[in-house]
Amino acid sequence: MAIEVRVPTILRSYTGGSKIVEGAGDTLSGLLDDLDAKHSGLKGRLITPEGGLHRFVNIYVNDEDVRFLGALDAKLNDGDSITILPAVAGGALGFAAAAAFFGR
Amino acid sequence: MNSVLTIDSAIVDAIVAHARRDHPDEACGVVAGAIGSDLPTRHIAMDNAARSMTFYEFDSMEHLRVWREMDDSDEEPVVIYHSHTATEAYPSRTDVSFAGEPGAHYLLVSTREPDSEEIRSFRIVDGVVTEEKVNIVDATVDA
Repeated sequence: MAIEVRVPTILRSYTGGSKIVEGAGDTLSGLLDDLDAKHSGLKGRLITPEGGLHRFVNIYVNDEDVRFLGALDAKLNDGDSITILPAVAGGALGFAAAAAFFGR
Repeated sequence: MNSVLTIDSAIVDAIVAHARRDHPDEACGVVAGAIGSDLPTRHIAMDNAARSMTFYEFDSMEHLRVWREMDDSDEEPVVIYHSHTATEAYPSRTDVSFAGEPGAHYLLVSTREPDSEEIRSFRIVDGVVTEEKVNIVDATVDA
């Protein structure tokens, strides 16, 4: 089962510079495990040590934000297209407050 | 990596107008340009989904749509900007933590003074902030 994954510039050091890689999995979690087996370390940039989606990235299945599709449990199908984008966020307040604010 | 941001005055004016319009909330957006050109040509004001005086965050769906448009037009985000409305135009620790576009110029506008704006630009790569000059020029684009 092939799922296309579009990788942002900042994570291409894990994919040998490739902008698009292929993976497999029935869920986003499964796909990320598969990708990490081929591109070691990639998963750690997307998932927190506690096992949730990292707030620094947005992951989309086709045209939907995975946060609205069950996050790591989002179901995937052959031919789906995954897009990873670094979240664009910030602001004047200190990091601890922002972390609490952005915690999802 | 260039140590200067060259940007058209009409785009700077549009960014400042956006920041003034949303003040005291933070404003944010992008200026797209042809891949590899390092020249920002297309200003895109983004919604601040956080609608906050101290945070900004692109709406995730608008983000996807705009990034796809750039991809389809062989553009990239040359400038990513936001405003600080009560503090100086210097990246906060939060800004540095989130900075995920190593190729972009991070432009900050401070609107804390009612009559003047502070406009500064930075590279943020691997958590390291490097200020660069802002070279404002006339008539490189029709904005």
